[in-house]
Amino acid sequence: MPFIESVDHLTEYRRRVRAARDPQQLQVLVCGGPGCLPLGSEELAAAFAAEMEARGIAGKVLLKTTGCHGLCSHGVRVLIRPQEISYQKVTVEDVPEIVETTLLSGGVVERLVYHHPESQAPCPHKMDIPFYQTQNPLVLRKLDVIDPESLDDYLALGGYRTLRKILFQMTPEQVIEAVEKSGLRGRGGGGFPTGRKWRLCREAQAQPKFVICNGDEGDPGAFMDRAVMEGDPHAVIEGMIVGGYAIGAMRGYIYVRHEYPLAVKRLQKAIDQAREFGLLGTNILRSNFSFDIQISQGAGAFVCGEETALIASIEGKIGEPNPRPPYPVQAGLFGLPTVINNVETWANVPEIINMGPEWFAAMGTDKSKGTKIFSLVGAVNNTGLVEVPMGTSLRQIIFGMGGGIAHNREFKAVQTGGPSGGCIPPQYLDLPVDYDSLQQVGSIMGSGGMIVMDNHDCMVDVARYFISFLMEESCGKCTPCREGLKQLITILNEITTGKGEAHHVDLMEDICQTMATASLCGLGQSAANPVRSTLKYFREEYERHIRDKKCPAKVCRQLLIYTIDPNECTSCLACVRECPVGAISGPKKEPQVIDQDICVKCGLCVDACQFDAVKVE
Amino acid sequence: MGEVSFYINDLYTSAPVGTTLLEAVRSMDIEIPTLCHHPDLKSEGQCRLCLVEIGDWPQTRLVNSCTYPVEKGLKVQTHSENVLQARRLVLELLLARAPKAEIIQKLAAEHGISQSRFTSEDPEELCILCGLCVRTCRDIVGVSAIGMINRTPAKMVSTPFKEPSEVCIGCGSCAFVCPTGVITYTEKNGIRSIWGRDFELVACETCGSYIAPRASLEYWAKQTGDPVERYYICRNCR
Repeated sequence: MPFIESVDHLTEYRRRVRAARDPQQLQVLVCGGPGCLPLGSEELAAAFAAEMEARGIAGKVLLKTTGCHGLCSHGVRVLIRPQEISYQKVTVEDVPEIVETTLLSGGVVERLVYHHPESQAPCPHKMDIPFYQTQNPLVLRKLDVIDPESLDDYLALGGYRTLRKILFQMTPEQVIEAVEKSGLRGRGGGGFPTGRKWRLCREAQAQPKFVICNGDEGDPGAFMDRAVMEGDPHAVIEGMIVGGYAIGAMRGYIYVRHEYPLAVKRLQKAIDQAREFGLLGTNILRSNFSFDIQISQGAGAFVCGEETALIASIEGKIGEPNPRPPYPVQAGLFGLPTVINNVETWANVPEIINMGPEWFAAMGTDKSKGTKIFSLVGAVNNTGLVEVPMGTSLRQIIFGMGGGIAHNREFKAVQTGGPSGGCIPPQYLDLPVDYDSLQQVGSIMGSGGMIVMDNHDCMVDVARYFISFLMEESCGKCTPCREGLKQLITILNEITTGKGEAHHVDLMEDICQTMATASLCGLGQSAANPVRSTLKYFREEYERHIRDKKCPAKVCRQLLIYTIDPNECTSCLACVRECPVGAISGPKKEPQVIDQDICVKCGLCVDACQFDAVKVE
Repeated sequence: MGEVSFYINDLYTSAPVGTTLLEAVRSMDIEIPTLCHHPDLKSEGQCRLCLVEIGDWPQTRLVNSCTYPVEKGLKVQTHSENVLQARRLVLELLLARAPKAEIIQKLAAEHGISQSRFTSEDPEELCILCGLCVRTCRDIVGVSAIGMINRTPAKMVSTPFKEPSEVCIGCGSCAFVCPTGVITYTEKNGIRSIWGRDFELVACETCGSYIAPRASLEYWAKQTGDPVERYYICRNCR
């Protein structure tokens, strides 16, 4: 790899990389994203390599393992270019057929393509699939085509063009102005205007200054930042260089959780490549600007995603938040002015500068511009990563891209923004999703988690699950969050086990109110959202648990009563054999009976009965 | 350093730049309860009792006054309904946590709370995790023999790995500063026992009464550069 000495050299190198590539060349792009990797992306890629070698086309077809293709529920995904044929649920056994039919004969293996859920029509091409049709990928657009470990791939698609533009055509002031004009807001949850944050930091007097990339994604079920760091690491790095130039920083940190080893590896490789190339380091491209980045690994504490806790963690202290002011832009890392932005925010920056702020601001809503990646998981048919313009409705995301609720069940709620988000009920399905609208209905954008729930989910149990997660992850520094979460989980445990009392609802409301207003950091302030929103929209369900000791969704086991319908019992004794506590008995060749005093409500009898004689109330 | 003017409970007042709201409020003889604040330590906002409401209605919010600096034109309410409601609930939570702590009982009673509505995990608990001991050991003594371990469910003050700390000098500052008296030590036969370690107490060469643990005297001598013998005479006999 050459050391790029000047702008012209970069242009010349890019031209050479591009000239060496044939856009019509056959490419097999195997998804190596967080969802597909554990399903066997590597084995699949190896099988393709072996089969292509055996069929004598190894030199003609380009094989790559890429970042996330998005539609994770249908992995491992394979994209064949230039035809853009998108295969799903591909296994090693399918490889010979794909090579024969598609690579050698130009046909389509129909059994491996997505079929439209309504018309059942095959959707062989990526853009035939409804999941992709309505998306507008900006940050994710390169993920399924580039090899994340290849700087050439990034350069060929115009990478580091923005670096060249800012260093030689723009002043730091102009860069900040452009980001301000674009309307970009922090994608990590808070939604603070990025340009304003940069300006405040630039105006701060102290030196040196720092930029930090927050890659401490810790929401259960969320993996958009992971996908970006693993799939397009250079975009994050380029964004950070732009930020460093704008605020006058010479050093950047990427804070990644230790549980993301592949992200760490890819980012480190990208940093090494950029350094070797001269895109990071002293006097980048012979300009006066010097900038370098290092990775700081966190131990995976959820609270370290909070910016002041993250700073403490990089400094080697306990990852606990600190009260603001001072804000990080005034006194952040090592007490010096610091800009912290989330992975997705940084990855948005190069294109904003490159295409211009007007282009970016044309997407989205009045106060939320651009696109947002959502990690769509839970009770939908299509789970995965979607990137849509701000203002897209929940209905479009869940029923359009998500393909509706799985198993033909009924939509009940969607929780946005990670564990400390609120549960949004069906009446808000047409809500245009942006920072402000989500807040109005008692939830948050967060970093973009979206967990869909159906009528088999108990909202009290859902609240209990998230509060228990948050209690484990709360740092425990301030009283309302620490003691409030402990009290909430005690009460929720009582309600879900039939010990709920009428005054519990008031108690929880009081705790939630104080946690929201009096906690030290944003995590504590939002931690009561799961309870608040479910109390607001699903109060009836709480009342059923407390008053009638019933769980309408039949989730809270302690509230269920298992009985055997004597009319349907065939006395086969399958349940008797399965029952671990010997609660089922009865005379031979007669219907069996469950002793409620002994029953531990494990549900094994239901599974054991082949005649649906065990009833659950 | 200039002065900043602002409003406290609708009274126009001023204070030097960098003053915290708590200092400003207390200088006006308005009482705000605190548990984790100490004038000699940097505040970190743990207990949330010193909350005040700032801003113009309805765009107000609660902040901890112990770290929030005075701002030009800022409107501060120290005893608004929102403040009192939050303060009462914080006290109620603390009372459930540490039912035996006298200072909590007293503050709760002052706020009209005789009994907490919440469940007490441990009726004997005294620690409220205010962190005064940890900060004193770190910032004033300078040895960091104790720290906070774990997160919310099992958070506690402890020596590293719950083993006797090698750097502890047995000075007892942690016990001195503790508002609830949860940190204690014993002294018997010239030995002070604290945090699982025994420290030999040095007796005054003149009057014979115990001064402090030898480890403490040696540490202070090292810190000040004085000969350690100087510390073998108690303050009264010097």
